[in-house]
Amino acid sequence: MKRLTPVIEWGTLLLTTGTVCFFLVVILWDLAIKGAPALSWTFVTALPSEGMTQGGIFPAIMGTILLTLITTIVAVPFGISCAIYLDEYATDSWVTRLIRASIRNLSGVPSIIYGLFGLALFVQALHMGTSLLSAGLTLGLLSLPYVISTTEEALRRIPASTREAALAIGSTQFESIRDLVLPSALPGIMTGIILSLSRAAGETAPILFTGVAFYINNPTGFLNQEFMALPYHLYMLSTQHHAIEQVRPLAYGTALVLLIVVFLLNLTVFYIRHKHSNHA
Amino acid sequence: MELRIRENMDRTVRLLVKTTGFLIITVLGGIFFMLLWNTVAFFLQIKPLDFITGTQWNPSGDPAAYGILSLLASTCLVTLGAMVIAIPLGIGTAAFLSEYADKRLKSILKPAIEMMAAVPSVAIGFLGIVIVGPGIAGLTGQSNGLNALNGAILLAVMALPTIITVTEDALQGIPNTYREASYGVGASKWQTLIRVTIPAAAPGILAAVMLGVGRAIGETMTVLMATGNASAFPKGFFDSVRTITATIAIEMGEVPYQTTHYYSLFAIAAVLFLFTLAVNMLGEFFVNKYKKYHAP
Repeated sequence: MKRLTPVIEWGTLLLTTGTVCFFLVVILWDLAIKGAPALSWTFVTALPSEGMTQGGIFPAIMGTILLTLITTIVAVPFGISCAIYLDEYATDSWVTRLIRASIRNLSGVPSIIYGLFGLALFVQALHMGTSLLSAGLTLGLLSLPYVISTTEEALRRIPASTREAALAIGSTQFESIRDLVLPSALPGIMTGIILSLSRAAGETAPILFTGVAFYINNPTGFLNQEFMALPYHLYMLSTQHHAIEQVRPLAYGTALVLLIVVFLLNLTVFYIRHKHSNHA
Repeated sequence: MELRIRENMDRTVRLLVKTTGFLIITVLGGIFFMLLWNTVAFFLQIKPLDFITGTQWNPSGDPAAYGILSLLASTCLVTLGAMVIAIPLGIGTAAFLSEYADKRLKSILKPAIEMMAAVPSVAIGFLGIVIVGPGIAGLTGQSNGLNALNGAILLAVMALPTIITVTEDALQGIPNTYREASYGVGASKWQTLIRVTIPAAAPGILAAVMLGVGRAIGETMTVLMATGNASAFPKGFFDSVRTITATIAIEMGEVPYQTTHYYSLFAIAAVLFLFTLAVNMLGEFFVNKYKKYHAP
């Protein structure tokens, strides 16, 4: 018995770790193996046809790209600006503490509640209707707390001596931030932004009532129109379609494309981190 | 450039970035106000007591019923199930990463876990339909396996990366002197882990669990796709359930603007908001407690 105990102890930890890895392998393996046959040039460049049972998912890919673009335009300037305020300018006052508490709470708010907020504010109160713009603004708000906290973390890693050196030779605080702090923190800020965007690109709940549609025949669309998106397309194909079994291969293909988009963004992050850590 | 202009520019920027800081408070305030406003509108039409104690959720019925209990029970059941699966797996994996794995193994496992966190919730929900569902159906003889257990397994997968990462950080934060003292009195590596390191990191681990719970409670797409969405009061893990998030997702797209039904969805969202707020605050409380104990 005594000789068995270490084996059991080791086994427990190995088993838990193994199970977690097993989950990941199943996720990747299943989507890759069953999604790959659906992928083709037409799948990513053609419009859906025959009631979604044939053709491609081009409008959904386009919609997700445009949506992520609007999210970026909303979340990045405001997020970086707020992080600069918190890290560079703010003193420890009750206002600052309130801002920090708001950021922490916002990052815990369920995404579906952002969807309701987007519906109430953008779609209804501001009369933007269900549109690409409403959905993009909603996702922008959702990404804001992540962009702020990752940017702030990147800024905090820049040593105070960098700022002091600039101030000592007579630059203003703004000049030291613009010319020294931001450029040195750029890799960290970039990785944070890309990770936030990869989350936003995969979100479904916030766009459900703010502008996503199952089928739009004009793939480019515009700000004031409804649009298609990859995650919503996958949801509809796998639960709401009239011939679910028949479109399963297309659903797998959509899932794989979505996964590839998200992983490509994450790989960029790994690349930036790796490159940067070599220089440090 | 003249100094005066440069200083003015500095002041302008300071004002500008400060404004964006206030924007954040406005967003949270806006969400809070929106939930409150519509919930009040709901309670002007439906008695709060009926809402809190009612077990029937049937807004389109005659008479319409707006009882939140079955939805709340579903949310709690699925979250509880997810935690029963995710907590032991998460702590075990974190302990393995922090105490046993060597540097090379760690450099493979950590990015893998980050990758798991990146998988979109809708893709996890899809796998619930095509893999977990048929699996459960095969074991139990149910027709499709879309039930609370399915949702719990998927939510566990979604909460695991958070729990593992935060728990591992907590374990790493325990000074080596703790472990060495334990080895010094003759404890084995396992005994040290169970009796010294994990108890010392308990506040951090609790914070990790709270973050995982927060993630599971608020998750929409996976439960919407994998739990079957029957609105009856759930009796167990093999029942089809319908969580608060799924109810909002299903019904909000169809209700007319500013009806009782419309307001009711904001009211259940407000309940969800309060729950996640409480869970997050509890997590923060544990994090602060942890920091206090281990201040350098």
